[in-house]
Amino acid sequence: MGYSVTTTTTGIAVRTRMRPRRGLRSWAGIALFLLPALALYALFVIFPMIQAARYSLYDWNGLKPLTDVVGTANFERALADPVFLGAVGHNALIVILSLVVQIPFALGLALMLNRGMRGRAILRLVFFAPYVIAEVITAIVWNLLLQPNGMAEHFLESIGLGDLYHPWLADPDTVLIAMFFVITWKYFGFHMILLLAGLQGIPRVLDEAAAIDGATRRQAIRYVTLPLLGPTIRVSVFLSVIGSLQLFDLVWVTTRGGPVNASNTMAVYMFDRGFVRFQFGYGSAVAVILFLLCFALALAYQRWVLRRDTDGATTYG
Amino acid sequence: MSTRWRWIGVLGTVALLASACSGGGTATPSPTVAAPSVAPTEAPSPTEAAPVEIEWYHIQNNDPGKSLWQALADEYTAAHPNVTIKLTVLENEAFKTKLTTLLQQGNVPDLFQTWGGGGLRQQVEAGFVKDISADIAPWASEINAGALSMYEVDGKNYGVPFDLGLVGFWYNTKSFDEAGITTLPATWEEFLAAVETLKAKGITPIALAGKDTWTGAFYWAYLAVRNCGQAGMDKAVVSGDWSDPCFVKAGEDFKQLIDMEPFQEGFLAAPWDGAGSGAAAMATYNGAIQLMGQWLPGTVNANSGGSRPVGEGLGWFPFPSVAGSPGDPFDGLGGGNGFAVGKDAPPETVDFLHYLVSLDAANRWGALGTGILPTTNGSEASTTDPMLTLVLEGRAKAKFVQLYLDQATTPELGGAINEAVATLYAGTGTPQSVVDAISQAAANQ
Repeated sequence: MGYSVTTTTTGIAVRTRMRPRRGLRSWAGIALFLLPALALYALFVIFPMIQAARYSLYDWNGLKPLTDVVGTANFERALADPVFLGAVGHNALIVILSLVVQIPFALGLALMLNRGMRGRAILRLVFFAPYVIAEVITAIVWNLLLQPNGMAEHFLESIGLGDLYHPWLADPDTVLIAMFFVITWKYFGFHMILLLAGLQGIPRVLDEAAAIDGATRRQAIRYVTLPLLGPTIRVSVFLSVIGSLQLFDLVWVTTRGGPVNASNTMAVYMFDRGFVRFQFGYGSAVAVILFLLCFALALAYQRWVLRRDTDGATTYG
Repeated sequence: MSTRWRWIGVLGTVALLASACSGGGTATPSPTVAAPSVAPTEAPSPTEAAPVEIEWYHIQNNDPGKSLWQALADEYTAAHPNVTIKLTVLENEAFKTKLTTLLQQGNVPDLFQTWGGGGLRQQVEAGFVKDISADIAPWASEINAGALSMYEVDGKNYGVPFDLGLVGFWYNTKSFDEAGITTLPATWEEFLAAVETLKAKGITPIALAGKDTWTGAFYWAYLAVRNCGQAGMDKAVVSGDWSDPCFVKAGEDFKQLIDMEPFQEGFLAAPWDGAGSGAAAMATYNGAIQLMGQWLPGTVNANSGGSRPVGEGLGWFPFPSVAGSPGDPFDGLGGGNGFAVGKDAPPETVDFLHYLVSLDAANRWGALGTGILPTTNGSEASTTDPMLTLVLEGRAKAKFVQLYLDQATTPELGGAINEAVATLYAGTGTPQSVVDAISQAAANQ
């Protein structure tokens, strides 16, 4: 789109003579297409974000006039609150578990389903199904399954493993792992489909060539498939990390962050402080912290990890 | 050049993230605590009978209560043809959200649901509620004094109750029979002994809804009422000073019970209502006792799959006394419903409010047996439901009823109290750390 201002006056003259109308028209076109989206975006995203940043500097309960400026006190309070720091830790743990368990699991399934095997269309459908179910319904169903006297307990009893049952969601030591299990159940299918799509984009001839060169199946995966699947994996990782940082619905409905904050996440903490305890100023500060974390992470990831993927795809002006 | 494109892409992604990440921010309501619509209200003389409209918000959105309010409004307007009543009926949570929005817009309803306590105080401090002390003075004595005092802020009256319930111990009579408990526990020691007896018989003694932390907080609050007495409670709630040792003692007393492991399996994840709830545990005899408000029989019925009609097999006894404590052994913990008058409400509003809490209206409420326990003196006999009568008897003996702590304080401090008490029965806190957490939250306000 843009062109550099050339050093010679003639160059500029030529350009301005040749391109003004076209430039103007295309700008008008771009503005026309962008305007509705931009207006909505500004009204419902940018403006509220600025407002949240503003509220975060006040002590405000939502009712009294917005006059009590406290500066950075809300931020200091959040960063000193063991409950919030605990929530940050829980988010971090979910992020790590997602990367170490969930994505490799999805990758394994994708590799398996990418091969010609019987019933793979049905399996794909089955594995993807949990992702289609609403988060709240997932949370309610798993809550029913895992509670004492629920399906999980009866099932374990029926196969003689009744001793294995534990009220996982009711135990501060196990609740986070139980939550992670539910999260994985819900999202592995999504990552699997993503990776499957990536796998389909890899020409089969490369696999065949590797086989002809004497590569084993394992070597072919390691040296041909995985490197070519890199861009998809990196996107999958990115979505997984961001999803883990924003984790809210599943936790709120299942445990509300409990017992005793053992499954609290940053978003749950923010909602509880803001909309349950009506500390809108403080809740906004937590929202700003959460935003900055996501923002920094997204920028860094785009800058250092996704760069090589987007490089090839960029349009040169 | 390519850099520019890439950065646009990056910005797009980031902006998307930002919008997703800042959910709380986006939904934060606008701060316009607007200028009050100062309608010059020239007080109409009664003879003139200038037309008046009263905007009334209540939350009795189910029959028969809904129809009763409607009937009372119709009767009033029939007797006062110049008055029209604009009624809005909302479900509890919807009302809270709606009211917050209305107040922020400066659109204060003339008459609206309130629970008194810290929530009302915040509305009063923001200037939305009318001081009606003088207006109701001629008839304030018709109302239960303890209930009325819950709607006072700094000694001035901002609301009038029409209902006051009491928290107490509900128990399954069958479980007590099986355990051979014939005398209901009157002291904390006797109560602990009863729990021991139930446990020895293989009966889960107590159903607790740990996911809804306000239910567990009832224990601590009641023990605080016993150990601190009215003076101690009033001091802490008003001044925010929770340092009196009586609050630690309340935690220690509660800890005695907790250490006996009397709760049902998985109680920490149990909500108060619905599948896997404390009420369901009670309904299925997976818990002999539950400390709960007057609404418990209805909730047990709803969670029993139809196996237990309302009130069947249930009994009630007041929270036991604690030896050597200053609190009156019959002091209670409870709360209820009332109406506050908006700052710009026409003068007729208070007269209409008087009609809503008149003895006749209260008697009609009592006769419905919906769990609304009217607070107009002399209406007690109108309640005939045997379960509710038990609660009313307990209320009559109480010289002082402490409003639920999460209602008496601000939502902020109330939430902190519930959370702190939960650490005690989850085993991560101590009686001292509970009080420390509450004091910290009180200091943050």
